[in-house]
Amino acid sequence: MMNTHCEERSDKAICRRLNRSPRSFRSLAMTSGLGDRLFKNLTLLFALSILAIAAAIAWELFKNSALSRHAFGWSFLTRQIWDPVAEDFGALPFIFGTLVSSALALLMAIPLGVGVAIFLAELAPRKVSTACAFLIELLAAIPSVVYGLIGVFVLVPFMRVYVQPFLIKTLGFLPLFRGPAYGVGMLTAAVILAIMIVPFITTISREIFLSVPIALKEAAMALGATHWEVVRLAVLPYSRSGIAGSVFLALGRALGETMAVTMVIGNRPEVMASLLAPGYTMAAVLANEFTEATSDLYVHTLIEIGLVLFAITILVNAVGRLILYKMSPYAEPH
Amino acid sequence: MKKLFAGLIATGLMAAGPLAWADALLINGAGATFPYPIYSKWFDEYHKIHPDIQFNYQSIGSGGGIRQITAKTVDFGATDGPMTDAQLQTAEGWTILHFPTVLGGVVPIYNIEGASGKLNFTQRAISGIFLGKITKWNDPEIQGSNPDIKLPDAVIVVVHRSDGSGTSYCWTDFLSKISSDWKSKVGKGTAVNWPVGLGGKGNEGVSGLVKQTPNSIGYVELIYASHNNIDYGRLQNKAGKFVNCTLASVTEAASSIADKMPEDFRVSITNPPGADAYPAATFTWLLIYKTQVNKDKGQALVDFLKWMLIEGQKYTQDLGYAPLPPQVMEMEKSAIEKIKIK
Amino acid sequence: MPGTYRHRQWVNNAAFAVTGFCALLTLGVLFFILGYVTMHGISSLSWNFFTKLPKPVGEPGGGMANAIVGTFKLIGLASVVGLPIGVLGGVYLAEYGKGNTTGFLVRYSADIINGVPSIVMGIFAYTVVVLPMRHFSALAGGVALGIMLIPIAVRSTEEFLRLVPMAIREAALALGLPRWKVILRVVIPTAMKGLLTGVLLDLSRVSGETAPLLFTAFGNRFWSSGWMNPISSLPVMIFTYAVSPYEDWHRQAWAAALVLLMIVLATNVGARVLMRNQVKVVA
Repeated sequence: MMNTHCEERSDKAICRRLNRSPRSFRSLAMTSGLGDRLFKNLTLLFALSILAIAAAIAWELFKNSALSRHAFGWSFLTRQIWDPVAEDFGALPFIFGTLVSSALALLMAIPLGVGVAIFLAELAPRKVSTACAFLIELLAAIPSVVYGLIGVFVLVPFMRVYVQPFLIKTLGFLPLFRGPAYGVGMLTAAVILAIMIVPFITTISREIFLSVPIALKEAAMALGATHWEVVRLAVLPYSRSGIAGSVFLALGRALGETMAVTMVIGNRPEVMASLLAPGYTMAAVLANEFTEATSDLYVHTLIEIGLVLFAITILVNAVGRLILYKMSPYAEPH
Repeated sequence: MKKLFAGLIATGLMAAGPLAWADALLINGAGATFPYPIYSKWFDEYHKIHPDIQFNYQSIGSGGGIRQITAKTVDFGATDGPMTDAQLQTAEGWTILHFPTVLGGVVPIYNIEGASGKLNFTQRAISGIFLGKITKWNDPEIQGSNPDIKLPDAVIVVVHRSDGSGTSYCWTDFLSKISSDWKSKVGKGTAVNWPVGLGGKGNEGVSGLVKQTPNSIGYVELIYASHNNIDYGRLQNKAGKFVNCTLASVTEAASSIADKMPEDFRVSITNPPGADAYPAATFTWLLIYKTQVNKDKGQALVDFLKWMLIEGQKYTQDLGYAPLPPQVMEMEKSAIEKIKIK
Repeated sequence: MPGTYRHRQWVNNAAFAVTGFCALLTLGVLFFILGYVTMHGISSLSWNFFTKLPKPVGEPGGGMANAIVGTFKLIGLASVVGLPIGVLGGVYLAEYGKGNTTGFLVRYSADIINGVPSIVMGIFAYTVVVLPMRHFSALAGGVALGIMLIPIAVRSTEEFLRLVPMAIREAALALGLPRWKVILRVVIPTAMKGLLTGVLLDLSRVSGETAPLLFTAFGNRFWSSGWMNPISSLPVMIFTYAVSPYEDWHRQAWAAALVLLMIVLATNVGARVLMRNQVKVVA
């Protein structure tokens, strides 16, 4: 198609473009031109640097744990001993503690976080919603050590005096709730982790709920849905991948949290069935013992714990994504 | 809010000021948390006398102090547990010297429902409790040495340190000396494989846990016990006497072995022979390279050490630390001369 | 029976009652924590706190002026290091990285970095910056915190850019804008509110981190000049003072926690107020 008629118009450039052949029209959406290539490569460069940083961290962890990997091999992951004097180490109690406390924390935080987000996005008046969102973001800024202190002075006595005895009395027949009520323990750590990760889920979920296209919600309303059904049918499915994203962020923080956890978990490297028993996590033992470890093997062992945590993060993320993919077969692999 | 804004503006203006400090000599040190209060006092007082010298000490832990001085990322280190021969080897041919600064004592703290006051712990009792062999408060081993206090029939909750620390080193060193069982099963170290008990982070964590958990026992530096108003007990020393931890009994622990003090000052003073000596006491040391490469920093360190021995010791008791015994101070004065400044 | 209008109404009310309860619980805990920190910290706030250097225990008149300035410096440096990587990486993922391997790997890497405990991040920055330089520095601290900023920045940037409807992009392309201008001038401004939320959440989280700074920025009782010296910061001071045996230092630790929160609040409020004029509403 000739575009000579464009010469007589004032918007020559636009006219020409609009009259181009279909093929080159499609190519408009692809990157062409110097500006496009530059921009794409710039963003690609920064994106690849993320890959490089993750690889560098993995490499450093791997390199600096050589001594202990050679000393203990794979049995490091299955043994329960932690003896710095005899230099005999096994990471099983820490792996167990990390997984259990994080899983429990997520179990508590996801319904709570999403629930609050729904309330703030759908029910609360806009001003209240914005103000509350601000304040919830502040929760994310509270230093871990402050959470730990509040945990020690407020949560632990509360658990010891009210919650744990109650659980022992009512659910004590289950092995999950046996044992003395120390106040500190796995459950307490999970509670404090849950409080710490709720802001991530809530803030991001709320923002996503507010961004749901009105058209989707109106469509559901036009079909006669109640407000809750609108949320269930239009808002939540649309936001699923975003909520999942916030959950991954929350999980990341839960896995790596040190100070608050170590102050309320009891720090006992033993695998116990009861949630009321003291436990220990990988991040906590790292924080506790790294500054004092002086022998090379000890330091390498601690770094190997960091490596194991790294590997677990990779695995948990992989499993999480798989579940997500299965859940929404029409969604793009995320 | 007004104060905040005004404060922020003021700090903004102050931020311009610090460029003047760039002329001051900054000397960085890292190490033990136990002596942090007294070191910060000393460095502050010293800065008043010598405004052009800034000693910046951060308490990242004894192990951290040892690692950083070996890696030469700081100018001096500090530790509650002396460096082992193996650790000294890793300094690649450079010699690190130990200089004792103050003394501290570790006390057994407890919180017993229905009983208060000072308890006496025999060597068997204290090691048995921490080994998990003695499980109830009214065990004859404990009750026997405390006829005036009625102890309850309650399970003992043991609390120990979760983090590695010089306090644990001192406590486990003491337990190793009084109990061969402990020595073979657990041993001594900044972090050990505790047979029983919950772990609290830091002295603060242990005292917090003990205060809140009924029928519990733990161990902390003397200062934490006295400042937090927690009951702490007497330990039986080598001579068989039940000694309360005081600044005097701690200094006595050091003087009772002063004649056997090795030249490099690396010594353990737990379970010493003195009649009034407290059995769980420890030195804390500064770690300084024998050969100082930086002339100004080296000279500043030497001057500070000399000041510390004469003037510095005067500030110790107000903050709850025991001063060095005179014999050790004399030995140190001559040891300072060993430092060579290039 | 289910399906009747009454039943559906009941479900509606019950569901929202549950969310209301969640909100009450969360906000209750939130207000409790904020109140606790304020109550313990407000009594120790004073002119000295904001303007003086720390003093040894027992001496009145000490403050945390250097820690406050240090926190600003470190967060600023961390932003310079981490935000460009995070935001531009997120842009790549949202615009060019859908469904291809590179995109998948980058997303995965960001999530993994997020799971690294803060102390391991500090150890990493220690081996990479402090050891070669042979001394602790604000630079090392900024690097450690900057890396921690990346995952949240990437994730939230990607999520909010994806939320911008295709229609807007197509309209801009149809008008003849090159693709890079479409992204920069149309898509990003549309998603700005969400991007800002993500960035502020990110900065809030990182400003309270202690462990990465212990081995990198180290801490400083005095003013720190430039970027190559150890520097003090509020989280490290809170940690150091909170675990000491002195009541005076405990009070100062709470005051520092309160000041930290106030800084975060002020930053959040300030940024949103500034951005209000530039926000474009989506749909």
